[in-house]
Amino acid sequence: MTLRIEIDNLAKHFGEIKAVDGVSFSVRKGEVLGFLGPNGAGKSTTMKMLTGFLTPTYGTARLCGFDVLQNPIEVKKNMGYLPEGAPAYAEMTPDSFLRFIADIRGLSGADKLRAVASAAERARIKQVMFQPIETLSKGYKRRVGLAQAILHNPPVLVLDEPTDGLDPNQKHEVRNLINEMAEDKAIIISTHILEEVHAICTRALVIANGKIKVDGTPTELEAMSRYYNAVSVKVVGVESEKVMALLNGLDKVSETELLQLDAGCRAYPVSGQAMVAELSQAIRSQGWEIATLHVEQGHLDEVFRNVTTDQAMQGAA
Amino acid sequence: MQNIWFIMKREFNGYFATPVAYVFIIIFLLLAGFSTFFVGNFFERGEADLYPFFSMHPWLYVLLIPAISMRLWSEERKTGSIELLMTLPISVFEAVLGKFLAAWAFTGLALLLSFPLWITVNYLGDPDNGVILAGYVGSLLMAGGFLAIGGCISALTKNQVIAFVLSLVVSLIFVLSGYGIVLDFFSGWAPKALVEAISSFSFLTHFDAISKGVIDMRDVFYFVSLIAIWLFANAIVVNSRKAD
Repeated sequence: MTLRIEIDNLAKHFGEIKAVDGVSFSVRKGEVLGFLGPNGAGKSTTMKMLTGFLTPTYGTARLCGFDVLQNPIEVKKNMGYLPEGAPAYAEMTPDSFLRFIADIRGLSGADKLRAVASAAERARIKQVMFQPIETLSKGYKRRVGLAQAILHNPPVLVLDEPTDGLDPNQKHEVRNLINEMAEDKAIIISTHILEEVHAICTRALVIANGKIKVDGTPTELEAMSRYYNAVSVKVVGVESEKVMALLNGLDKVSETELLQLDAGCRAYPVSGQAMVAELSQAIRSQGWEIATLHVEQGHLDEVFRNVTTDQAMQGAA
Repeated sequence: MQNIWFIMKREFNGYFATPVAYVFIIIFLLLAGFSTFFVGNFFERGEADLYPFFSMHPWLYVLLIPAISMRLWSEERKTGSIELLMTLPISVFEAVLGKFLAAWAFTGLALLLSFPLWITVNYLGDPDNGVILAGYVGSLLMAGGFLAIGGCISALTKNQVIAFVLSLVVSLIFVLSGYGIVLDFFSGWAPKALVEAISSFSFLTHFDAISKGVIDMRDVFYFVSLIAIWLFANAIVVNSRKAD
């Protein structure tokens, strides 16, 4: 079975508030799904329902074929979950905490010791194994939570903001860890750090107001940006206004914009098509020398803003 | 089933990771000793038994057990660790039972540490140790009742102070319902059967007989079923409020 997570018309209403309002998607083995959305969009609520912590108002979720409403224990056996904020028992040490988790996960004897050691190793918490969790820094606490989630090597990982509160080095390590594990697992991570999407996700899902707005690869998401395939160019010894006038005459250019700090100008393509070849051709045919030229990636933050605020992208993606 | 043991073990060790356990045990023993000698007139009575010791237990427990039970669930809810616990492959009943048994074992340990009193009374006289054993059994059963009440209440709130106060009040009601003042309040207007029912709910009524050495199965059944009902309610509360 390659379909590890199936979410079927899942909804959670708190009175009038529709925290999650009919969400459906699935995740395969080998996929890392980035769950994006503003605070309060319904990311955590969806994860809580998938992991059996919250009962859905309607709809259901299946994990490795087990229905979370009918067979919650089997669902929980097959997943590792890092809840939002990485809660743990503050008075315990990571060592005793992980041993407790291993007990509950049905590991004993040498298997238990091996699982604890390996999780501690992979989550990089070996040096704090015997300090009470409450005395640890935010980054270590988060990684203790991560170690707990991966301890039994589950086929499905659900990680709610795994890199929140980590410094750039720690973020990098956690992303490496997720990448290492990605191959034989199905992973959902929620985040609002957009750079993370590129770093680890094979697919991204943007959710706002309890509904899925976009579901696609990171590149597809970027293609929705007006910056996608835009070209910034600076020409030696020619005023940017003149360059802009030239570029505006090209078929593929929809508009141009003067950049600040004498950085030249930027041309936006018509409907996101590639146009760098035509553009440099046009400039050279004037006998101008290009100082800098660079093709923009899509700006995920711009796409994110467009998708999650009310001016929804009609028919995009 | 094994999960109950794992949860109990974790919870029990948790008491000793902080000063809570030591403070509780010391205060419990001090108050128990104090009430035995000064309130219960242990020496003046001139009897070789531990009745003055046991007769104070309902009141000690009303005050002290909520301090143990208040953290059972409200702390988990406050710190969010309940989300971790309830997404592990365990059932709600295993969690409820494991936690309850840990608290019960801890109270049992505190009770056991009152053994110098038992040594004292055996040194001074020739008590009926069967009666004393019955007293310990009854006291432990009663402690279980208070813990089950407090555990259920602590699942209702994230605030440990509220859990403490509410548990204390409810525990007090369960003790006082055998007291004249309370029964008078009801006997004015309520049917006689109800008044008797209220009286029969009192911990005092059931504990008194056991602490005098009479282990009546009805009293044991009372405490066991009371514990079971409150634990059942506890599981329902945890299930419905865990995510609030």
